[in-house]
Amino acid sequence: MSTATRSLPRTIGAHAILLTYTVIALFPVILVIMNSFKSRAGIFGAPLTPPTPKTFDLIGYTTVIGQGDFFHYFQNSLVVTVGSLFFVLLFGAMAAFALSEYRFRGNTLMGLYLALGIMIPIRLATVAILQLMVASGLVNTLTALILVYTAQGLPLAVFILSEFMKQVSDDLKNAGRIDGLSEYTIFFRLVVPLVRPSMATVAVFTMIPIWNDLWFPLILAPSEETKTVTLGAQLFLGQFVTNWNAILAALSLAILPVLILYVIFSRQLIRGITSGAVK
Amino acid sequence: MKTKLLTALLLGTSILGTAGVAYAEDVTLNIESWRGDDLSIWKDKLIPAFEAKNPGIKVVFAPSAPTEYDAALGAKLAAGSAGDLITCRPFDKSLELFKKGNLADLSSLPGMENFSPVAKSAWQTDDGKSTFCVPMASVIHGFIYNKDAFDKLGIKVPQTRDEFFAALDKIKADGTYIPMAMGTKDLWEAATMGYQNIGPNYWKGEDGRAALIKGEQKLTDKDWVAPYEELAKWKPYLGDGFEAQTYPDSQNLFTLGRAAIYPAGSWEIGLFNTQAQFKMGAFPPPVEKAGDTCYISDHTDIGMGLNAASKHADAAKTFLSWVASADFATIYANALPGFFSLNSAPVKMEDPLAQEFVSWRGKCKSTIRSTYQILSRGTPNLENETWVESANVINGTDTPEAAAKKLQTGLDSWYHPAK
Amino acid sequence: MAADIRPKRPFRWHIAIFLAPAVLVYTAIMILPLAGTLQLSLFRNIDQHQVFVGFDNFRTLFGDPNWSVNFWNALRNNVWFFIIHMLVQNPIGVLLAALLSSPKLRFSAFYRTAIFVPTILSFVIVGFAWKLILSPLWGVAPHLLDFVGLKSLFTPWLGKEQYALTALSLVSVWQFIGIPMMLIYAALLSIPDEVIEAAECDGITGMSQFWKIKLPLILPSIGIISILTFVGNFNAFDLIYTAQGALAGPNYSTDILGTFLYRAFFGFQLQVGDPNMGATIATIMFLIILGGVCVYLFLIQTRLRRYQF
Repeated sequence: MSTATRSLPRTIGAHAILLTYTVIALFPVILVIMNSFKSRAGIFGAPLTPPTPKTFDLIGYTTVIGQGDFFHYFQNSLVVTVGSLFFVLLFGAMAAFALSEYRFRGNTLMGLYLALGIMIPIRLATVAILQLMVASGLVNTLTALILVYTAQGLPLAVFILSEFMKQVSDDLKNAGRIDGLSEYTIFFRLVVPLVRPSMATVAVFTMIPIWNDLWFPLILAPSEETKTVTLGAQLFLGQFVTNWNAILAALSLAILPVLILYVIFSRQLIRGITSGAVK
Repeated sequence: MKTKLLTALLLGTSILGTAGVAYAEDVTLNIESWRGDDLSIWKDKLIPAFEAKNPGIKVVFAPSAPTEYDAALGAKLAAGSAGDLITCRPFDKSLELFKKGNLADLSSLPGMENFSPVAKSAWQTDDGKSTFCVPMASVIHGFIYNKDAFDKLGIKVPQTRDEFFAALDKIKADGTYIPMAMGTKDLWEAATMGYQNIGPNYWKGEDGRAALIKGEQKLTDKDWVAPYEELAKWKPYLGDGFEAQTYPDSQNLFTLGRAAIYPAGSWEIGLFNTQAQFKMGAFPPPVEKAGDTCYISDHTDIGMGLNAASKHADAAKTFLSWVASADFATIYANALPGFFSLNSAPVKMEDPLAQEFVSWRGKCKSTIRSTYQILSRGTPNLENETWVESANVINGTDTPEAAAKKLQTGLDSWYHPAK
Repeated sequence: MAADIRPKRPFRWHIAIFLAPAVLVYTAIMILPLAGTLQLSLFRNIDQHQVFVGFDNFRTLFGDPNWSVNFWNALRNNVWFFIIHMLVQNPIGVLLAALLSSPKLRFSAFYRTAIFVPTILSFVIVGFAWKLILSPLWGVAPHLLDFVGLKSLFTPWLGKEQYALTALSLVSVWQFIGIPMMLIYAALLSIPDEVIEAAECDGITGMSQFWKIKLPLILPSIGIISILTFVGNFNAFDLIYTAQGALAGPNYSTDILGTFLYRAFFGFQLQVGDPNMGATIATIMFLIILGGVCVYLFLIQTRLRRYQF
């Protein structure tokens, strides 16, 4: 076949492009992690060489670990992210289903209303939100953060999910209705499995800004018990701004857990995307 | 019989009650601060010293990053979740908080008498009637230099501007060291370490500053443009790519021994002592001719106030009185060399570099940064614009005259001093 | 649609139940506080009292050169920021997704995972890491350029007015490229096999297959990505803030609407925050984004649908 002979150079070309971009994507991350294991002289003298026995030094890590309980911060971040993600996906998918499935008065209006939140940074509402949390006694709790992030993530989730839900075939749902399934069963048993790939996408979208947010942890939950890992890292950067050993170590500590989690979950994510692809 | 029982019961509960109160008196005070760097000093030295003397009061130092401090504090004060004790920025920023009712009036706080009117002026209403923060420290500007480098190149410590530039030329010609470690990326370095550092010698310290506030002088006058002209001359002596050099870059450049002179604030001393592997010295901003009166920026920088909404105002006041004491001043000034106590009681400092800085108070006239009092109340904000323009002048993207004109035009748009 | 075939019913409770949790949380924690903030744009603080001033704040924003110059500068920069994302991030994202989705490509899981890594990093990390890399002091960037013999090209990009914004836009592209890639990738995978097979039977393969068959089919996804990029870029703040500070130097050359708003609303250094002017800027930003979204919803999306079906 002619395609077979033509595809070899093309495959090489594809690998070349992908590999180049992979290098670009990973280089800064590797650079930071690599240098975090070096002495101060090693960092400044030869930034591009991996640590050698001569320049290997863990001083950065000892400084960081002596300063704050990064493991605990990490736990907080995890609780907040997973909690918010759960509610965003559940509530978001339900609302998206209602908007895309049923024709009712005010449907478009409701869709626009729910999309409004994409357009204004929620940061602006800080003072009012904080007052709300103070009034309900939720300051310095992880619940406060979960609530805010759920509200923050919903508009985008509804926006994307309703786009995808419109593409789910009506025949399937109508067949379910004829079989006497309730609307709830149709949603949870028929529709949700079909839109799994888009839910995975929404999950990633929602997760990143939550995990990385600095502002609300700083305002709503700055106490030692509720500090998130991003806030911990930022405070640390402020404190040790000239100590590059410590900074690179703190950055690595903030990167590594996410990286590991991501590598574990990216398999699930891709499996979700491929297996459930809407045909 | 019945009444007796009832009285006994009541008595019992009241005793129990008071016991409960005594127990609950173990209050915890939270300190809001932007000084994350000082975390260990508060934790290990200052707070234990206070708690040892004041059983029943626990203190927690909870800093946030300097860049977020003001915004975060503002939000927390507005919502009522801020800490009991607030670290105060000088002048208008804190005055604004006081006017909003966020800071309590501390004029009658025991210990306030330990401070001179000048020290208190940074945290007073314009009429001087109410003081709302306990002054903690001031910082002094000057130049820190690498003594080993100066010795090696045979450079004497410069007294005059000509000597200063001759020294820079000599270092540059030799090529071993970058003559001066300063970058313009973070903007404030150019304004604070540059303009406010060398400026007072030109505008004659307090005289010029007061005249500017009264409207008798303008930023476009010779005395105010001249520092920019000198800054523009610094450019060839800075390191490669200084436009993207951040403040920590500059610090590293100097402490790694790659640069010879560092335009400094005295707060650097503590860090430099731990990082630099060479001997250091300091000199005040050079004057025009030998024997001229020298002026230094001795800026009231940090104080501490009481959150008006604090539930533990009495305990917080006890703490603030201690902050106003000579005890606190001694621990603080020695733990943080380069933060000079504002307390009237003389403080003995061990650090030689800090002693050098503070000795200039004797031979030079002190002033504070020109943009801090009154002049940065409106929009555009003079201090912030000074950052931008100082960096522009050093980068060469604005001439000194153009920069001065921009600043004065901005100031004129909202500031109209009563003549 | 399902609703068409059913007669009108008195009240369909399930719709309310599906909508209720999202609407409640969203209204209570986002909309009400935001509305409370935005209405401040009609007031002004006079002697610690909020006084109604109508549209005076908007007049100040556009009429007073102290505000308007900064505003137009921020808007211009923001448009440039967006243009770079559209011209660099989205085409490269589509290219990478197209390459990844080709069947039988080996290591595709590895590439996919690796290229998405920057997207999961926090702004704190991204801003800091790139500042270090581009720092003239550390010299990683000059070193690298030296490898390819282009050392003379090095300039302190982040410190130069003419380059800083572009450099930061590219950093932002670097960070977010995973998002268009993933979305397009999912869209490409969901193209039915029959369509591809039919195309191959007609002799349409390779590049022409991509342009003629696949691209039209993924246009709706490209539409979504464009609007997400638009909204994201006009709300952007964190990267500029962590890399350049709130004053967005040098000489405001990297100031975008987000940083401009932050300074106005929360204040910076000696500048005291002015919630009223901040809310005014926020309202304008809101209108700009609303305009963009409406253009997308009513002009672009309807056309795209026609392609799809």
